[in-house]
Amino acid sequence: MDMLAGKVKKTSQNLDSAMNPTDVLDRPIRLTARDVTVHYGAKQALHGISIDIPDRAVTAFIGPSGCGKSTFLRCINRMNDTIEGAKVGGTIKLDGEDIYAQDLDVVELRARIGMVFQKPNPFPKSIYDNVAYGPRIHGLARNKTDLDEIVVSSLRKAGLFEEVKDRLAEPGTGLSGGQQQRLCIARAIAVGPEVILMDEPCSALDPIATAVIEELIDELRENYTIVIVTHSMQQAARVSQRTAFFHLGNLIEQGQTEDIFTNPVNKQTQDYIMGRIG
Amino acid sequence: MATDIQTSSSASADRRKLVRSGLRRRHLNEQIFRGLGIAAIALALGFVALLFVDVFRKGIPAFIQSNVHLAVTYDPAVIDVGPAPARADFASEAEFNAASLKWQREVALLNWNTIVEASLRKALPEGYEITSRELLAIPETNARHAIREKFVSDPSLLGQTVEVDVLASANTANWVKGNIDRSLGDTQQQLSAPTRGLIDIFEENGTITNGFAWSIFTNVDSRSAPASAGLLGAFVGTLWMMLIVVVLAVPIGVAAAIYLEEFAPKSRLTDLIEVNINNLAAVPSIVFGLLGAAVFINWFHLPISAPLVGGLVLTLMTLPTIIIATRGALMGVSPALRQAALGMGASKTQMVFHHVLPVTFPSILTATILGVAHALGETAPLLLIGMKAFVASVPATPLDQAAALPVQIYLWQGNENRNFFEPRTAAAIMVLLGVMILLNGVAIYLRSRLEKRA
Repeated sequence: MDMLAGKVKKTSQNLDSAMNPTDVLDRPIRLTARDVTVHYGAKQALHGISIDIPDRAVTAFIGPSGCGKSTFLRCINRMNDTIEGAKVGGTIKLDGEDIYAQDLDVVELRARIGMVFQKPNPFPKSIYDNVAYGPRIHGLARNKTDLDEIVVSSLRKAGLFEEVKDRLAEPGTGLSGGQQQRLCIARAIAVGPEVILMDEPCSALDPIATAVIEELIDELRENYTIVIVTHSMQQAARVSQRTAFFHLGNLIEQGQTEDIFTNPVNKQTQDYIMGRIG
Repeated sequence: MATDIQTSSSASADRRKLVRSGLRRRHLNEQIFRGLGIAAIALALGFVALLFVDVFRKGIPAFIQSNVHLAVTYDPAVIDVGPAPARADFASEAEFNAASLKWQREVALLNWNTIVEASLRKALPEGYEITSRELLAIPETNARHAIREKFVSDPSLLGQTVEVDVLASANTANWVKGNIDRSLGDTQQQLSAPTRGLIDIFEENGTITNGFAWSIFTNVDSRSAPASAGLLGAFVGTLWMMLIVVVLAVPIGVAAAIYLEEFAPKSRLTDLIEVNINNLAAVPSIVFGLLGAAVFINWFHLPISAPLVGGLVLTLMTLPTIIIATRGALMGVSPALRQAALGMGASKTQMVFHHVLPVTFPSILTATILGVAHALGETAPLLLIGMKAFVASVPATPLDQAAALPVQIYLWQGNENRNFFEPRTAAAIMVLLGVMILLNGVAIYLRSRLEKRA
């Protein structure tokens, strides 16, 4: 409990540092989206989204329910491909390479762009196998020792190793909600992705587990480009350097997190942040 | 302020009165529904219990058979064939075989009933008057074969007397077990009065004894010797068919379900296929029999009455069930698991085989076993592909003629010796039910085990 309390405190310190203005757009741009549209059948869910996502920083997508922020996130690793009748237009480039190109392999793309989902969804397998699954299917480990090393280091990076090191063979579904979500993050890290997409990763967790994950996100941004969709404006303020506000399928405003929250230009952004819509 | 509280509390009292007035009716409705539910379950269980009690009451006596204990003398006066040929007397194997066959033919042509009759007469009480025809009605007609086989396998028995147990005839068994009304007059009895009297004497002095009827499990069907009719041929025929159903229907059904559910694009064609599979599951089984007769027998020229054809027909019949059940199981897998796998960069095939199938395996297995168990009891289609023929052999391959358990029940049910075959039919039903309960038990066991592991 003490350890957790410490983590909460540390996160509130991070909150201060996140508020300090440092323009992360100086960093190289990893992802560029231009005029991205999504149709589900006849219904248009996204209207011409254009955004740049900088390297090794946290970009948050905020907005009311049904605003299209998750839909856009799922375009980035082409998870929308799996939805019947979804059609994506415009271009999204990862390091200048069009991810919707004909010859691009989705399997390889998803190894480069990992994803963490809203509800923790560990595989109904052991903790070890959960983390080892990605390296196994992508052939990243040459032998068992390699694999063990990847699993341990991924669990460490996800801040879970100390808690589970004695029960790696036990099922991942037996962990608490927060641990499960960190297991999912470890699972995503194990493949060595460049970008990690997080779709409301804390919405199913209690405040303490949320604080732990937020701190983890803050640590991870040193090595990974992170895009996070969140319902909670406080969370966006705490963990992100850049924020984009979505409303009714449009990208209304984007900028440095501090600017968006203290000095929003657009009236709709203002209303949302003040709690008048949402 | 005080009046406010008063008005609000009087309003709430009114509301409570309204709610309360409806309460009685609501509780009553619930009680009626519960009562109906319990009644429905009691009725269903009652019918099942009635069925089981009836079948068991009739069937259990059939597992007891009556044997006649004989002291058989291999009388040289009757068995006047030369000594069995010995290999040493012949130059070649072929000559020896020819001589052996000739000797066996001579042995077979002897009147072995004379020996059976002589053995029976030895057991007769002093001065009991009975014709040989009446006497020979006591053992089953194949008693002479049993005694002859003993001699063929050991020709040194010539001149000796050995103790042999032979099966009592079906009519004898009826009389012993009381399957026939003893008060009926001579004209309505299947056995003559001296025979019936002798059976009673034999039972008293231990010449006729009762024992467990292993013959039900070790013998094939028989018409000339009904008391020896068993289920072995039908059981093996059914096993062959089950093997074919499991080998064909399970992989094809599961693969089809996986493709339709996971890979096939949603189009008008797949919709049409889906509707047709659902319809196929509702097609009367006899239609599958007609189809089997037309396609497998008339067109492919596969043999009539063969378990292969039966297995193919039952496969067709079971396929829709397996496909529908498997698709249902696949549909039930949470999208979160699929997304987790795809999000990790698993290909669709990897997603299905690494994650979705292991989770659904218990349900697929249960559905499959239940489908196979259903096919096991299917009779109508088998009648149409010739499996109702009388077959008195154990099929060594799926291409041999064979009977099947449910068809054997149908055939025995129609046998004219009602007194004897009604219990036999019930016994066969017990065996079939036993196999089904075994299969269902395996399904339940595997399911609970696998679900615990997952």
